[in-house]
Parts: sequence; structure tokens; C-alpha cells
Amino acid sequence: MSSGLTLNKITAQKGISIAEATSRVADLGWTPTYVQEAETFPTDYKISKVPRDPMKQVLRSYFPMQEEKDNRVYGALDAALRGDMFRNVEPRWVEWMKLFLAIIPFPEISAARAMAMVARLAPGEELRTGFTMQMVDEFRHSTIQMNLKKWYMENYIDPAGFDITEKAFGKCYASTIGRQFGEGFICGDAITSANVYLTVVAETAFTNTLFVAMPSEAARNGDYALPTVFLSVQSDESRHVGNGHSMLMAMINDPSNHLLLERDLKYAFWQNHTIVDAAIGTFIEYGTTNRDKNKESYVELWHRWIYEDYYRTYMLPIEKYGIKIHHDDVAAAWDRLVKKNYVHKIAQFFAVGWPVNFWRIEAQTEKDFEWFEHKYPGWYAEFGDFWKWYGRKSVPGETNMLFDQENGYVYPHRCWSCMCPCVIREDFCVGEVDGKLYTYCSEQCKWTHTVAFQAEYEGRPTPAMGRFKGQRIWEDCYHGWDLADAIKDLGFLRPDGKTITAQPHLRFDQKDMWTLDHVKGHTIQSPLVLIRDMSPADRDKHVAEYRAGFKIKPCNCGNGHHKH
Amino acid sequence: MEGTATPIKSGAAGAATFPGSDSRKFNYYDPKGRKSTHYEDMTLDVQPDPDRYLLQDWIINFPDGTPTYSKDWTRCKSVDWHKYRAVDQEWEKTHYQRQSTICGTVQSVIENGRRSGAAARFDKSWVKVLQDHLGAYKHAEFGLGTSLMQAQRYGFTQMINNAILTNSSYKLRFGQDLTLYLGEIGLDIEGGIDKDAGKKHWMEDPIWQGTRRAIEEIMASSDYLEQYIAINVVFEPLVGELFRSGFVLQMAAAHNDFITPSVVSAAEGDYERNLANCVELVHNLLNDQDYSLHNKVIIGEWVEKHAKLAHAAAAQLQPIWSLPRVKVASFPESFDLARNRFNNVLQQCGLPVPAVTA
Repeated sequence: MSSGLTLNKITAQKGISIAEATSRVADLGWTPTYVQEAETFPTDYKISKVPRDPMKQVLRSYFPMQEEKDNRVYGALDAALRGDMFRNVEPRWVEWMKLFLAIIPFPEISAARAMAMVARLAPGEELRTGFTMQMVDEFRHSTIQMNLKKWYMENYIDPAGFDITEKAFGKCYASTIGRQFGEGFICGDAITSANVYLTVVAETAFTNTLFVAMPSEAARNGDYALPTVFLSVQSDESRHVGNGHSMLMAMINDPSNHLLLERDLKYAFWQNHTIVDAAIGTFIEYGTTNRDKNKESYVELWHRWIYEDYYRTYMLPIEKYGIKIHHDDVAAAWDRLVKKNYVHKIAQFFAVGWPVNFWRIEAQTEKDFEWFEHKYPGWYAEFGDFWKWYGRKSVPGETNMLFDQENGYVYPHRCWSCMCPCVIREDFCVGEVDGKLYTYCSEQCKWTHTVAFQAEYEGRPTPAMGRFKGQRIWEDCYHGWDLADAIKDLGFLRPDGKTITAQPHLRFDQKDMWTLDHVKGHTIQSPLVLIRDMSPADRDKHVAEYRAGFKIKPCNCGNGHHKH
Repeated sequence: MEGTATPIKSGAAGAATFPGSDSRKFNYYDPKGRKSTHYEDMTLDVQPDPDRYLLQDWIINFPDGTPTYSKDWTRCKSVDWHKYRAVDQEWEKTHYQRQSTICGTVQSVIENGRRSGAAARFDKSWVKVLQDHLGAYKHAEFGLGTSLMQAQRYGFTQMINNAILTNSSYKLRFGQDLTLYLGEIGLDIEGGIDKDAGKKHWMEDPIWQGTRRAIEEIMASSDYLEQYIAINVVFEPLVGELFRSGFVLQMAAAHNDFITPSVVSAAEGDYERNLANCVELVHNLLNDQDYSLHNKVIIGEWVEKHAKLAHAAAAQLQPIWSLPRVKVASFPESFDLARNRFNNVLQQCGLPVPAVTA
């Protein structure tokens, strides 16, 4: 073939430009004249400006592109099996995937449903293709994640917990927090949920910790499947970020939206912080066996992705439109992560509650202590003894950590807003709505429930705003129950009907595994029920004591290696 | 005994035997057949339900007290919304494979057709039909796609919503296929194809106003099952197939056009699957243990309402059959076929045939 001649040059024919194609596709819509479309998911925002589609893609190129991505993902999964990935995978890591992958397909598919809510709100049809692709993307994410989970179940040493995954999602005291995240995308004011909470905050900011930072940690633990699936998922997110930003820009030019935008950006940022940092922070810091001191810690990742990328590069520029950004909350979230040990305290909470989990959590050991102390100076003094206790109490026959009087742990209240445990004791607060007492993890979450999710905001009626409802406090469901009965009711049992699905260790031998007999005789209590029953004076005293915190008692049992 | 160390050096299945070590199937739902299908594993219970495993109920409400998902979003009722399975069993992998294959086929047909100079040889009368009427019809497909995009938010289970979602995806792709196709062949045709003509006919031409009205009525419905059923059981056989199969596929070849039928026939393949999915759901509702009669009345009302609109729309399309130079198909024949198809779908479902098409 002569130089400069290519097959493409021989076969190429004139086509229509991308700009022309997207403009024609955008012209498919029209304004109905016979019957008006029902406004089924109302919003208090006004959107009069036509949002622009920054991605300029049509479905004809979208589907083959996605199929190609899929081929790579499924090829990599096959390769991982042929390469015997599970022989070298770290069970400590895969166990946490039982929780993570139980949660995430629901928020993903909720994001697909959310596209129905925003698609009709904006004038013009240009962004409709963007919303369509996002809808199909989210269908992809939800089912590709279900597939990954099934794959772990089929190939990992301990499938228990994966086998009950969606049932566990509906019942578990931790996955319920993830549901607040997913329902937050699709219920209430359509813009608040489907645009600000989902695309502007969750997808633009926090998917980076979810889908970029976490896969790196997976790879360090011998898990090449999660990075393959989730980096492929993340490659779709840029489209969604574009959708979110485009809608945001269409609203921001109307000053009457500013008050609501400020409210929603604040609410969404804070709740994403409490929920995503709790879960992903724990997976990355406590689900890993890699203690390379040169790798970034979760807070370092957070600084890169949330502080620099989102806050400084994405949020700050919108101030020029007259939007007041929640600077104080960004600083407060940072302090909670760095100074107030949010992630470490959440990990403690997951660990003490292990019998009602559906995955295994093993104790942290000396090697882990060393890394934590290096990355979080002062960690050992506050958390070292806790994990030693946990290691010691991981043997069947010991009293479960939660009810054991020896270690000094005090079970936390739950936050009515984000549903996370109120683990930063000094930030704990209570409030009243319609004469009823509620507990919150922070003043920001109290504001979310008592001020933001109401029918009026700063004197402005907000008739479309959602409401927090349901049995939001998990412990209320089992208040007064025996622990063994609760586990049975949850269905978190292995097929023999007595061995508990969760275990506080990674020992894969029947003699080391806890059964119902090992946990019975302890009564679950809901901190919310108890505090509501208190007299005002007792309550004040209780809140003051709670805010003062607790101290884990010294564990003289030597580095978590307790001989029996 | 060591408190933390693990004596097993492998994380692989089978490396140890202990309670639950062989529990390698999702065990929280009853498969429809003897064994779970991959589709079922990917789909069931991802959208939770307080009547199944949702311990704490829905935790956010709309301001009127409606929870995140509500059974009241359709007038139909069911004792078990979880029974439904999409016949096409689509999950992401199969959906992208199928969509991508269609995109590849359609593009290949267009490219090779154009390379052979086919579009320039289309009969002039036919080019105008494509410009004005296929150009108008693409908006109908878009309207169906956006209605389904809306509807996929409301179903009470993941199975129903995902079936509606993939249906939306197919419709929106096809609307775009037609748009881009007309743009591309316009490059090869002397005088081009007026890109605004289709929309003008869609909005103003009396031939299309019945169709536009029928679509707008579907778009305006706030009952997602009314939308889903009106589209697949009523509009598609009476208007969609009538125009696609009863007109385009029959007339094109006689006007030197072998490209358009290939592009359009993709939609017929899509519809076969979406019809099967929808009929399965209708069948479930009409055979519901408690609400069979109730559902029959409701769905019957929808069918009657939309059949009137679709039938009127179809009748208004008649002049299109006179436009091509070579009249190889007649409207009455095509319309008869469409009515038969519609009546047949209803009979298979066990629904009465409305007077308008009887």
C-alpha cells in the first residue's frame, strides 16, 4: 500500500457532523398541544433556560461503545478465574464486598429511575439524550454489579452473605444507611433528589471515592474483578456529571432558585459525607491488608477528590453566580475525618455489631496498628485497645463485644437524618419536630430534618419537598428482642440454621464459628426508645454524658492474640 | 488458638468446608422455572418491598405521604407484583449486545447502500414520502420512548421497571436511527432531504394529527401501566406496525429502496420482544388470584380509550398509501392486517375486542 493511503481513506464517505446529528436528535421533541403531560414529580425550582448537552453523543455510537466496555469487563473476569485470582485474594477485603455489593445496585437503579424525574422538567430536548444514556448506564451498573456479586459468591471461599444479598440489603442495620442514599435520589422534590443530590453531589464528588479510590484498594488485596467492573462503571460517570452540571447551569441563572440550591447543596454534601465516608472510608481503611505507608489514606484521597476536585474546582466557581457555598460544612467534614476520627469510629460500630451483620470482620492486628498510627497519629491510643478486645472476643464462648461489660464500648445513638450512628459523641444533638424527640449525629443533620425537609424554607413555601418517614431507626425494630431471636428473624443464618452468617474472624473451620447458642441471652435496646422515655432532666444528663464520650478499657491480652 | 490469624492460605471456593461453604446460589426468591436464570439473579429484589424484606419500610416520602414506591401508581392490582418476569430476560449484557448488533447492522446497511449510490436512485416520489412521512413518524417513536422513560420510574418491582426501561431504550434508539438515516441519505440525494419537513408534517399535516394526539394522550397518562399497555398492546399494532410493516416495508423496494426496510425492520424485531414482555404482564394481571376481574375492567377501559385514538390515527394515515408512484400495497389491506393483529393480541391476552376494531 502506498504511503499515506489507508483503508479508511478509501472507504470513508461523507457523513453528517456530530453537531448536526445531535441537533437533529434534539429536535425530535415537541410541545404537546392536544393534551399536556402530567407533572408527576413536582419541584419547587423554576427552570426556564434550556440546558445544553455537553456530551454530544448519539445512541448509535453509545451502544457499541458500551458493548466494547462490557467485553473488556467480562473478558477480565474470565481471565481472573483462569489466573486463579481467588487463591490469592484477601478474605478480609472480599468480606466487605458482601456489604458494599448488597447496597450499591439499588442506588444505581434508583439513578435510572431518577432520569424519569428530571427528563421532563427542563425545557427543550437537547439533554434528553444525555438522560436516556444515563438511564441505560444505570441499568448497566445495577445489573453488572449484581453479576459481580454472583461471581464472588460462586468463586470465593465463603459464599454465605452473598447468597442472601438482596434480602440482607432490606434488613441489615448498615445497608439501611445505603438505602437513605438510594431513596434520596428518587423521592421528594425532583430537582433536590434527581439533580442536586444524585448528579451534582453524589456522582460529581463522591463516586470518585466509591469507584476510583476503592478499586485501587481492591487491587492491593488481590481483587482484580472489582477494579475492572467499577472503573468501567466510573467511565460512564463523566456523562452523568455533565448532565448534572448542565441542569445546574439551567437553574442557576434564575435567582429565585438560589435559596433552594443553597439548601440542597448543603444537605446533599453533608449527607453524602456522612454516608459515603462512613461506608467507603471503612472499606478502604479497615478492609485492606495492605499497609504500605506510601499509599494515600482515605483522608488523603478525600482531600484530592472531594476537597480539591469537587469543592475547589467545581463548587467554588459557582459562587460567581451568587450562590452561597457551604464552606463551613466542607471544613467541618474535613475535621470530622481528620481530627474526630469519623471513619475509625464507624469501623468500631460495624465491628461491635458484627452478629447482626452478614459478613465477616476480623480484628486489626499489630501490622495494621503501625499503619494507622503512621497515617493518623494518636490512633493507637484511642483505638488500639478496642481492636485487641475485639480479637480477644472473637472466639465462640466469649461474650459478644456489644454486651460485654469489660471493654467499655457504649453503643451509639442513630441519626434520624443520615441514619448513620452518632459516633462523634461531641457532635451528638437532639431536636424536636411536631413535638417528638429525634437524635442526630451533627447539627447539620439536625438542620436537614428540622429545617430542610419541611414544607417551608426560610419563609418560602416548599410544597414539593420530601419527608423523612418509615422505621428509620433500625434498633427500634428489635427493641427488647433477644439477640439470637433477632438474628433468626433477620435470616442471617447459614444453611444449617444455627451457625451465624457473620463471624468476628476469618477462621474457616466449623469449630471456630459462632452459632445462635453463643449469642443468646442478650437483649437489644434502641437508644432512641430509651431517650424518648427519659424525663427532661434525665435526658439532659444523658446527652451531656453521651457527648463526653467513653474510654475503652485497657486490654491486657497482648496484640489481639489471646491463647485459649 | 490464635485469635486473628487465618490458617487457610487460599480465598478460593472449596479451600475449606464449613457451614455455608457450598451455599452458592441466591436463595431469597423463588425462580419461575426449576432453576434460577441469570436474568432473575440480576434482577429480582433489587428494588425492595416492605412486604418482602424491607424491614424499615420506605424511609422517604413525597410531601403527600406517598412513599418512594407505591402500588397506587397504577389502577391495576396484584396479589404478587414480584411474579412477573420479562420474557426477553434482558439485563445489561444482553441489552447492549442486542442494541449494539442492531446499530452495527443498520450502519452497515446504510454505508453499503450509500456506497453503491442507492439513495440517488430512489424514486423521486418515494424520497418525498421518506422526507415528509418517515420524517414525521420518527417523532412518534420518540414520544413512545419518552413515555416509557417516564413509566419506568413507577413500577412496583425491578422486573416491571427494567422491562419498561429496555423498551424505552429501544424506542429512543429507533427514533434516532430514523433521524440520522434521513440526514445521511439526504447527502446523496439531489436537492437533499429537508430536515425540517418531518417535524412540520408531524405538527401540522392533518394526516399525522391523529397519531400525534394518540401519542400525546399516552404521554399525558399518569398511570405507568396504562402507558405501557397502550403502547404495546394498542398503538404499536394499530399504528406503529401499520406504518412500518404495512407501508414502508412493502412500498420501498418498488421505489429502488432497499435501505429503508432494513433500518425500519429493526423496530419490528424490537417490538416482538416488547410485545411479548407486555403480554406476559397483562396475562399475569388478568389471571391474578384476587384481582383478575378488576384488572380486566381497568385494562379493558384503557384498551378501548387508546384503541379509539389509535384507530382514528390509523385511518388518517390512509392518504400516505397514495403518495408513492408504484402502489404495491393498499391501505385497506394493510389496515385489515393491523386490525387483525391487534384483535389477535387482545384475544391471546383474553381481553374483549373493542367495537371500533371488531
